[in-house]
Amino acid sequence: MDWWRKIYVALKNADVRQIVYVPDAGHAELIDACIEDNDIISIPLTTEEEGVAVLAGAWLGGQRGALLMQSSGVGNCINMFGLMQTCRFPLAAFVTMRGQWQEFNPWQMPMGQGTELALSAMNVNVETADNPKDIFEKSAAVLHSAFVANQMTALLLHQRLMPKKTFGN
Amino acid sequence: MNLSSRARTYDLRRREVAKRISEVGGKKLLVVTGLGSTNWDFTAAGDRDLIFPMWGAMGGAVSVGLGLALAQPKNRVLVATGDGEMLMGLGSLATVAVQAPSNLTIIVFDNERYGETGMQLSATADEADIAAIATGCGIKSAVNINNDKELKKSLPKLFKIPGPSLWVIKVRAESLDFVLPPKDGAFLKDRFRRALLGDVGIL
Repeated sequence: MDWWRKIYVALKNADVRQIVYVPDAGHAELIDACIEDNDIISIPLTTEEEGVAVLAGAWLGGQRGALLMQSSGVGNCINMFGLMQTCRFPLAAFVTMRGQWQEFNPWQMPMGQGTELALSAMNVNVETADNPKDIFEKSAAVLHSAFVANQMTALLLHQRLMPKKTFGN
Repeated sequence: MNLSSRARTYDLRRREVAKRISEVGGKKLLVVTGLGSTNWDFTAAGDRDLIFPMWGAMGGAVSVGLGLALAQPKNRVLVATGDGEMLMGLGSLATVAVQAPSNLTIIVFDNERYGETGMQLSATADEADIAAIATGCGIKSAVNINNDKELKKSLPKLFKIPGPSLWVIKVRAESLDFVLPPKDGAFLKDRFRRALLGDVGIL
């Protein structure tokens, strides 16, 4: 099974009903699978911080949701993570990494290298997966941490998992 | 009249408008209020468990309302916020238009000021028109309400027209006393969930 499908199965097992995302090449297949799923509302965002707030609203209304984004989006979320912490809203985020491994674009480096520190600074628990064999188990653990233990948790998906990206050079 | 004094002459008063909206909405209406003066306005109109006042997270009120409206399609959701808070989250209007929840109503109290920080002018004191921005994002029912005559005519329809709708209500620029809701975020979340979902909401 492709690694992204393991995340999808974990989301389904956890009864996740809202997926908020900024389109990302690493998450493209997972996003497509969610869009095709009639039991999941798929919500494209203009910026990732909107997604954090949407998940707070979903939880107020009794639904579970998850945030799919690239590492650059983590920086956009910083202040909105404060909403989740102050109100003890659950947060489950799946972050595809850039600026980490075989990266061709220097503009991706700063936020990629700061992603884990930024999450930790806002008290978001961080798990990392770089082996497809671990992804189902780690995804399930992140979702459990969020919805059963009311924590904020992110799974960082190592850039090794993605095809090497270029702009043709 | 210059731009900085224009809003001082508007005839609609925000506390009074919040009270009228609360009366029309009723006790079952799910409400999210944005940082900061709209929190005090709707608390003055009557704090209750199904109001979630946001003491921070500027720019996030509409997004919280969107997630709530999608999770609760059978209940009407009101987001009430101010022009400054809305300007920080303009992209969320595009996000709302894509989802188009018919149960979501957005009210922007536009005093053309940042009230909590000393009444500095916002972009709506100049050329920015939030209703026009919402229209441009694809929100079909987006209008400006400029005075009491327009409000009287429209108010009975506020929660009857299919959402998503956004009304910018031009309100007088005035500094008012604080009327504060509870401040603890976890308490506010839990009281809302218990009122909406029952005891299972806080398990």
